[in-house]
Amino acid sequence: MEYQVQNISRDNFEQCIKCTVCTVYCPLLSVNPDYPGPKQAGPDGERYRLKNPAFYDSALKYCLNCKRCEVACPSGVRIGDIIQRARIRYDRSPVKLRDRMLANTDFMGTVAGALAPVTNFMLRRRIVKQGLQAVLGIDSHRTFPAYSATTFAQQFKSLADAQKGYPRQAVYFHGCYVNYNYPALGLDLVRVLNAAGIGVRLIKGERCCGVAKIANRLTDSARADARHNIKAMQAALGADADAPVLFTGSSCAFTMRDEYPHLLEVDNSAVRSNMMLASAWLAREVERGAVKLVFKPEYTRRVTYHTSCHIQKLGWAIYSIRLLKLIPGITFVPVESQCCGIAGTYGFKKENYATSQAIGAELFDKLRRIAPDVVACDCETCKWQIEMSTGIKVENPISILAEALDFEATAAANR
Amino acid sequence: MVFLKFFERRQLVIQIFLCNFEAQNTIMLNNTQLLKEYDVVIIGAGATGAGTARDCAMRGLRTLLVERFDFTAGATGRNHGLLHSGARYAVTDRESATECIEENMILRRIARHCVEPTGGLFVTLPEDDLGYQSTFIDACRAAGIDARAIDPAEALRMEPSVNPAITGAVTVPDGAVDPFRLTTANVVDAKLHGADVLTYHCVEELIKEGDRVRGVRLRRQGSQELFDIRSRLVINAGGIWGHGIAAMAGININMFPAKGALLIFGHRVNNVVINRCRKPADADILVPGDTISLIGTTSSRVPYDAVDRMDVTQEEVDILLREGMKIAPALAYTRILRAYSGVRPLIASDDDPSGRSISRGIVCFDHAARDSVEGMITISGGKLMTYRLMAEQAADMACRKLGVEAACRTAELPLPGSEEEPKPEKKRFRKSHIIELSTNQLAAKGRHGTLSGDIDFSRDSDDALVCECERVTAAETDYAINRLEVNNLVNLRRRTRLGMGTCQGSICACRASAMLARSFGNDVALADLASFINERWKGMRPVGWGQTLVEANFSAWIYQGVCGLAPGKTDTSAL
Repeated sequence: MEYQVQNISRDNFEQCIKCTVCTVYCPLLSVNPDYPGPKQAGPDGERYRLKNPAFYDSALKYCLNCKRCEVACPSGVRIGDIIQRARIRYDRSPVKLRDRMLANTDFMGTVAGALAPVTNFMLRRRIVKQGLQAVLGIDSHRTFPAYSATTFAQQFKSLADAQKGYPRQAVYFHGCYVNYNYPALGLDLVRVLNAAGIGVRLIKGERCCGVAKIANRLTDSARADARHNIKAMQAALGADADAPVLFTGSSCAFTMRDEYPHLLEVDNSAVRSNMMLASAWLAREVERGAVKLVFKPEYTRRVTYHTSCHIQKLGWAIYSIRLLKLIPGITFVPVESQCCGIAGTYGFKKENYATSQAIGAELFDKLRRIAPDVVACDCETCKWQIEMSTGIKVENPISILAEALDFEATAAANR
Repeated sequence: MVFLKFFERRQLVIQIFLCNFEAQNTIMLNNTQLLKEYDVVIIGAGATGAGTARDCAMRGLRTLLVERFDFTAGATGRNHGLLHSGARYAVTDRESATECIEENMILRRIARHCVEPTGGLFVTLPEDDLGYQSTFIDACRAAGIDARAIDPAEALRMEPSVNPAITGAVTVPDGAVDPFRLTTANVVDAKLHGADVLTYHCVEELIKEGDRVRGVRLRRQGSQELFDIRSRLVINAGGIWGHGIAAMAGININMFPAKGALLIFGHRVNNVVINRCRKPADADILVPGDTISLIGTTSSRVPYDAVDRMDVTQEEVDILLREGMKIAPALAYTRILRAYSGVRPLIASDDDPSGRSISRGIVCFDHAARDSVEGMITISGGKLMTYRLMAEQAADMACRKLGVEAACRTAELPLPGSEEEPKPEKKRFRKSHIIELSTNQLAAKGRHGTLSGDIDFSRDSDDALVCECERVTAAETDYAINRLEVNNLVNLRRRTRLGMGTCQGSICACRASAMLARSFGNDVALADLASFINERWKGMRPVGWGQTLVEANFSAWIYQGVCGLAPGKTDTSAL
């Protein structure tokens, strides 16, 4: 019988050789000394929690779940997963009303969207913000993104019929932000893909990917959504088993690819390899000659690319950057990959605001010095954070592409 | 009655007065004030020696405990750390089984902070005879052990790591006991009761006057100078090395050195002790000990002259893994931190080649009766579980021989650290004054019990970790160095678990060494650091594959590469 061929432990926590590299890369540790750091909170703490759950340290709630520790780890330990799993398993404190509201993006989006003009007006009033801070603990510095009166899914209906006419097909997981707040990004993608000769399908009854629910310990609800999403995704692919499932939010993509099997224990193997970020997928399609893009000659922009933590974990930032570099009018200025501090709903919480801004301070400073026309970024919450903190405009690479693209020429080139 | 009590008290006062008077007749040694003559000198600071020192001191004897190296340096520190229910011996050795269960219940009371009442399972594998189970349960019950057959499915719920193929399961009141903590607590209590303690002092000779042993001739490790300590009685609690001590008095004790090897796994695989329900054999006990799990043991006779250099062989590792994974399949792929072995100090009574059927019973020799040598007692045999009973028997014999009448109270009085804690006051205000211990302080409390209150966490830097794997803080390290007879890193490891975790000292050894250097100087600390790292490697080598090998490389990189320690030039003999 073979034994000790390899050491396997849940999330590889025993692979940890205590080199402490993760601790160096943790964006939180340098601004919050109360946080034990990824090694302590993760593999070290796990040994103690296995001995006695009383060793669960409530400071683990400060973890951003940015996964930069996992990227840094030379031994393949899923440190972030260990920490999130410990929070889910051992933190028995009740989930606050505020956290439930922030995490239930579908519910909040539907309610707020129905009354969009009123909600948007109200959410920008100082008095309302102060009320939200006092009553719920949502920091008054934050402004919620404006809600759209009609969702992306509703707006897409008029385009749906035309999609079947394209020779190639792609499934698009738009996510909550595009649906409730910023349908323009989704429409940009549809226009770009259509010009490239690709028809778009949505996922029937798409629900939130669950990133916010996981971060706020609402795992049962997240798991139900996840099971639904995977099933609906398979249905949307139908006979086109090789068609891509595209995302415009890096956190949605990351959650559905990696957190579903790792944290929610939802099997996504049937569709996992189809899932890809739209910008990354397009870059590779262009590079292999399957898609041709033609740009407006007059378009010029100075652009930098902010690597969100989850795209860093996915390892796809390089593709988004290559896509941007395809645009001849773009002057690309690189900036170091650093966490902006928002971490989804984390930065919205009153108790995390100062931490959130302290983490991002260095990045904001660098961006101000670069002073680009626009910062390209695949993550919406990074967009809110950077726009609020620097005043510089942040756009998804797809929107930048849509702005630069000569649609007619592109459509002709791909015919 | 009242008068009698008054009289007793007067006697006590007289005794104290006498002690004080005699205390002037002392010698100073390394900050320890020693008497020139003791009632008893106990040789060997394993659990038995420490327990005997505690018992003698509590009975008012002037007591000196002498140890060649450090507390728990022999078999005490090299076993399973199993709080036996006695079930393992129920079928083959009723007497030991009864002793075990009685001591088990006593230790749960007096040594709360050293004991973890995990409960135990005796499981029957498909290849084992299920018929043995009823024999086993009957024998347990006859010995007073609460053994109950349960459904195998229930056993799996109790302990998910157990082999799902088991055909039978019995619960018994097993647990885990930390031998390092237990021994240290006994030493601390002995000192509180007036005993003196000398570690790193070797007995070179027994002082004899005719057929009478009158004391010991000691040499401090690393020095050539000899000095004499006289005593009315010498108690030999030297474990397997007791053979050599007895030989100094011209006495032959027929020791049977039986080596047992064990493996330490990187984390807790199980939270309930798992035993195999069959006649005792190799690798049939898996014990959860603090943050790790231990599988053991093997049993093989070794020549007496080999007991100082025990290495775990590849065959032993193979046996432990092959048999161990039958009771808990996860052992097949769980990282192994290290391998180690100890030598059971059994007293041979027949020609059993395996040593397993030799009684684990207690042997307490009065050498006056046995060998016509007055003034010497040997206490041996037994096991960690029965250390207190062994101490009681030795102290009883000592009192008899010295004509002292004093009852044993070690079964009633809790060890320092294990006292009942006052119940927390009723909280008048919700939340307002709940003081939450940090997880580091919680870990320290687990190790030192109520004594952890003496650890000073007042400065911010005190909560800083020295050993990250085992959560040993700067404050706890300081406390151990100042209060628990720490001379080097190995001592520190035994008092705190520093260096026992996943990284085996890679991260913490240099930090702790810097703290030791404040007391012992840089040169001493540096040599000690090198020997500590070598000692860690010794245990990793037999299981040096996978991440354990990567870890060892990382450690070598830190200590050779970054710290610049030269390999292979340090003396590990003092370990």
